[in-house]
Amino acid sequence: MQKVIMGNHALSWGALLSRAEVIAAYPITPQTEVVELLSNMCADGDLDAQFIKVESEHSAMAASMGASAAGARTFTATSAQGLALMHEVLHWATGARLPIVMGNINRAMAPPWTIWTEQTDSISERDTGWLQIYTSSIQEILDSVIQAYKVAEQVYLPVMVVLDSFVLSHTNENCDIPDQSKVDAYLPKFENAYKLDVNKPAAYGGLTGPDWYYELRYKIQKDTERSLDLFVETGKEFGEMFGREYGLVETYKLDDADTVLVSSASIASTARPVIDAMREEGHKVGLIRVRVFRPFPSDLMRKLLEGRKKVLVVDRNISFGMSGAFYEETKAALYNVKNSPPMWGYIAGLGGRDVPTNVVRDMIEQTMKEDHPSGDIIWIGVKK
Amino acid sequence: MLEIRFHGRGGQGTVVASKALAFAVAREGRFVQTFPEYGVERRGAPVVAFTRIDDVPIYIRSKIYEPDHLVVLEPTLIGAIDVTEGLKPGGWIIINSDKKAAEFGQFAGFKVATFDATSVALKYRLGSSAAPIVNTAILGALSKITGFVGIDAVREAVREIAPVKKDENVKAAEEAYEKAEAEQEQS
Repeated sequence: MQKVIMGNHALSWGALLSRAEVIAAYPITPQTEVVELLSNMCADGDLDAQFIKVESEHSAMAASMGASAAGARTFTATSAQGLALMHEVLHWATGARLPIVMGNINRAMAPPWTIWTEQTDSISERDTGWLQIYTSSIQEILDSVIQAYKVAEQVYLPVMVVLDSFVLSHTNENCDIPDQSKVDAYLPKFENAYKLDVNKPAAYGGLTGPDWYYELRYKIQKDTERSLDLFVETGKEFGEMFGREYGLVETYKLDDADTVLVSSASIASTARPVIDAMREEGHKVGLIRVRVFRPFPSDLMRKLLEGRKKVLVVDRNISFGMSGAFYEETKAALYNVKNSPPMWGYIAGLGGRDVPTNVVRDMIEQTMKEDHPSGDIIWIGVKK
Repeated sequence: MLEIRFHGRGGQGTVVASKALAFAVAREGRFVQTFPEYGVERRGAPVVAFTRIDDVPIYIRSKIYEPDHLVVLEPTLIGAIDVTEGLKPGGWIIINSDKKAAEFGQFAGFKVATFDATSVALKYRLGSSAAPIVNTAILGALSKITGFVGIDAVREAVREIAPVKKDENVKAAEEAYEKAEAEQEQS
C-alpha cells in the first residue's frame, strides 16, 4: 500500500508490522507522534499489544526490559534528554541480552534548550552495546524497524533505529507499507530461548565475579561482530522480498572516485545531488553513507577507502575534546592500512543548522583544494 | 523538480495545505516531500512550509531557498516579511485575497493570481469566523490556476487529511476550483 507518511509514523508502522507485543514509551518532542499513533493502533485493535504508560524514559526502558525478558517482542522510542535518562538501563538491556528495538529521534542535547537535530544523543550511547542503524528516508525508517528485529532476535542484542529530528521525523514522503503477510514471512513470531518461565525457575543478572564477567563481555562482542554479517544477510533477504535491499553502508558513484565523502543520515542524502552535479562537471567524487554505525563496519570501510586520493567525513555530532564520531571511527579503521588516504573531518549542522547542497559542495571543494587537512576538526560557516 | 513554499499564520492550516498538496500529487504517482519550518509555533505567528514534487525519488533534505512557486495563505504577511525571497523569476504567487491580481503591482516578474479562499472557508464554516481555515480552498484554487495537480487527486487528498468536516472541506476545494478560473479571466 502506497501512502504519504511522516518519519515518526514510519517507526509506528514498523512496530505494527513487526507485531510488537509490548510498547512502553514516554512522549518527548520530536518523538511524540510515534507514541500517539502506536497508542491509537492499540486502542483501535489494529495492533494487539500491551501499551504501558510510564512516568519517565528510565521507566519506559525498564518496562521494555521486563517485557522482553518475558519473551515479548518489545518496542519503544525516545529522543535526546529522554535517551540520556535511559542511559543506565541501556547497559542493562545489552548485558541481559534483550532484543528490544527502539526508535531514537536525533535531537541536540540541552542546554541551551533545543529541539532540532544532532546525533550527539545517540553517539553518546555508542558504548552501551546497542546496535545502531542511522536512516536517511521515511521508507528506510519503516523497513529498518522490521530488519532490526530480525537481527536483534538472532544475536540477543538490542537495536536502535535512528532518525534526524524534523528533517526526517516530521517530513512526509512516499512510503510503501508492506503487506502484513509478507512481513510475517520475513519476520516470524519470536520464540525467546531464554525467556522467564515459572516452570523453569532461573536467576538472571545476579552477582557475577571476575571469574565469569569477562567471558560474558567476550560473548557480547562476538555476537556484535556476528551481527555485521546478519545485517547484510537480512538486508539482502529484505531486498528479495520487498524490492529494497539494505546493507551496512550505501555507496553512490564510488567505483572510480578519487575523493570520497563519508557521512550518514539526511546529510548523506542531500549529498547525492551534489555528487551528481560535480560528476557532470567531470570531478571524480563518490559517496559512502554509513548506515550501521554499531557495530562499525571497519573491514568494509577499509576495503572501500584504501588507496583513495582523499576522504572527507561530515559529522552532525561532536565528541568534545576529540572530533566527530564517524570521522574518528573511519580514521581508526584506516590506521593500519598501507594506502591509507588523508582524511578531512568536518562538523556541520549541529543543533539543526541546515546543511543545504551548497554547504556540502563547499566541504568537498575545500578538500579537493588542500593537500592535507589543517586539523582534526574543520568547522564550516561558524559565525564570529 | 518543483519546489513550492507556503506562507501563512499559525492556525490557518498552512502546514496541512503543504501536506494536502503532497498527498494529492502522490496519488497521481509522483514523488513528494513536505515539511514545515519548525520553530516555536504560536497562533497568528508567521508559518512557513515546503513541498517538493518530482518524477524521481527526492534525496535533497534541506529547506527550500529558491522556490519555483509561492502560496500565500495570509495577505497581511505581504510587506511584513519578504515573501518573494529567493523566488525564481516567472514563478506563480497564489494569494488568498479578495483583491484583483493587478493590485499586487510590487510582484513584477512573477505570475500573480488571487483567490478569496477566506470567503469560501467562512461559507463552509471551516475553522471559526475569527480564524477561518483556508487551506482546502486555496488548494482547489492552486489546482485550477497552476495545473500542478488534478482536482480529483485534491478531492481525495482533502478527504484523507481533513480531521473534521470532510465533506465541507471537499466542497470548499471544489468551489475554489470552479471559481478560481473566473477570477483569472477577470484579472
